[in-house]
Amino acid sequence: MLHTLTLAEATEGLKNKKFSSVELTKDLLERIKKVNDGLNVYVTVDDEGALKMAAEADERLASGKNVTPLTGVPVGIKDIFNTQGVRTTCASPFLKNFVPPYDATVVTKLKEAGFVLAGKQNMDEFASGGSTEHSCFGPTKNPWDPTRVAGGSSGGSAAAVAADMSFYALGTDTGGSIRQPASLCGVVGLKVTYGRVSRSGVTAMASSWDSIGPFGKTVQDVATVLQYIAGKDVRDATTPAVEVPDYSKALGQSVKGLKIGVPKEYFGAGLDPEVENIIRTALKEYEKMGATVSEISLPYTSYAVAVYYIAMPAELSANLARFDGIRFGAKPKAPVKDMIDYYYQARNEGFGDEIKRRIMIGTYVLSAGYYDAYYVRAQKVRTLIRKDFDDAFKNVDVIMTPVSPFPAFTIGEKKDDPLAMYLADVFTIPVNCAGVPAISLPCGFINKADKKLPVGLQIIGPQFSEDKILKVAAAYEQATDWHTMKPAL
Amino acid sequence: MITPEQVKHIAKLARLGLQDNDVDKFAKQLSSIMEYVEKLNEVDVKNVEPTSQVTGLENVMREDVVSRFSNREDLLKCTELPVQNDQIQVKSVISM
Repeated sequence: MLHTLTLAEATEGLKNKKFSSVELTKDLLERIKKVNDGLNVYVTVDDEGALKMAAEADERLASGKNVTPLTGVPVGIKDIFNTQGVRTTCASPFLKNFVPPYDATVVTKLKEAGFVLAGKQNMDEFASGGSTEHSCFGPTKNPWDPTRVAGGSSGGSAAAVAADMSFYALGTDTGGSIRQPASLCGVVGLKVTYGRVSRSGVTAMASSWDSIGPFGKTVQDVATVLQYIAGKDVRDATTPAVEVPDYSKALGQSVKGLKIGVPKEYFGAGLDPEVENIIRTALKEYEKMGATVSEISLPYTSYAVAVYYIAMPAELSANLARFDGIRFGAKPKAPVKDMIDYYYQARNEGFGDEIKRRIMIGTYVLSAGYYDAYYVRAQKVRTLIRKDFDDAFKNVDVIMTPVSPFPAFTIGEKKDDPLAMYLADVFTIPVNCAGVPAISLPCGFINKADKKLPVGLQIIGPQFSEDKILKVAAAYEQATDWHTMKPAL
Repeated sequence: MITPEQVKHIAKLARLGLQDNDVDKFAKQLSSIMEYVEKLNEVDVKNVEPTSQVTGLENVMREDVVSRFSNREDLLKCTELPVQNDQIQVKSVISM
């Protein structure tokens, strides 16, 4: 039963020699074997590689040199991070057999810290979706109710942590892809400030939006992982030389006197009343702890989804232009007559419908005659949304909102209605517009047909204030026990 | 409103092959998305600068030092096409 431990507990057990990394890894691999068929969380499990890394970690632990809290702890990561020698598919037919020749910077950093890679987790193809249904491996099921989605696009990673199949995980968040699945699966998920974590070696979706962050069973675990992945990287020019603070110092502090802003635009039509009720109860908990809660306004909120669905596909269509099935990726199966036909066919067979839709929207809004009307206008409205946050943070320390307007929806419900799927990200996209950090924190459950469906609270802070939102989240976690609840599997 | 003809045109620009029966489906779906984003026309954006980067970085420089990728063999293994003298063989680009 070692797999039920938190990262902090696993670290402690390894340090005190209660168990070895090999034992811990074997236990996790068994857990994965037992529940993966039902949940479809991992798309690749690397037993052999994991046990080899675990044996190396045990040597390191025995020597006592270079031991970190991550040393010897086995985890999976989203299948978008390049892992040298381990297949990395982005859940796309294009990359079904792609074995990267190098590691992403974050993977290199985790290896330096002594982590153990157990496998790669399911996702929406090229991180495009909010339900992990747009995966060539089929949907990931929500551990709390397998008839429902795990959220997306990092659904496999959120479900893995919720189902004790990974002590923590890494995901990516472009419009909500860490926070929304974290909320729907009842785990902690952190979207960092744009540029806080290097994206080198992580397949790009929308470059002015993409960010990377950890999932964990607790706020402390998320803080620990962030410590080892944050910082400037010469391979990613968007990582500024902003100092990485000691995130553990932020934990355990009081939130007395904290000013919380609650934007009225997030509590209108479309928000499930039960979700609203749970969020309001969480805000009361903060008031009990000595924080003040006041209503604020972020007036351009309702335009964020529209901005996103112009700017993101534009950037995506440019990023995915490199997929031609030549230097890497699948070559077309159908016979082709010449080179141009090769491109058409490779991209027809290699991309799923949602990717095709996004490439076409992106190509359309960037094409002659439409660039100013769509793309430039969207980037201007994005400026106004950023200003909303700048103005708000002059008066409040953090902003609190729901993560998702509703709990996990049923598999198939929104898959063929792209617009309905996009609107599931209505509360997370504005955060990516402004490049600010935000955390999703378990704060209650909705009972539906004998099942408990988790709800997440979103805590948003100014740029590079990860330490502050971790502090604020940890205080709530300490006062409540939502994070200790586990799905019955 | 995006017509099936426009879908075919955009797909051509994006070098995206489509199944014939997908064209109508995509025309409908793309139309509903483009209809939704029309709401940006309500916003007054006069004198507003467009956002291209959110943390204020500009012209990030580094030392101009060559760093060679050391794993050439595995890099070439990424292609499914034939490799000759470290080069990937493709279909002819110009027809004779």
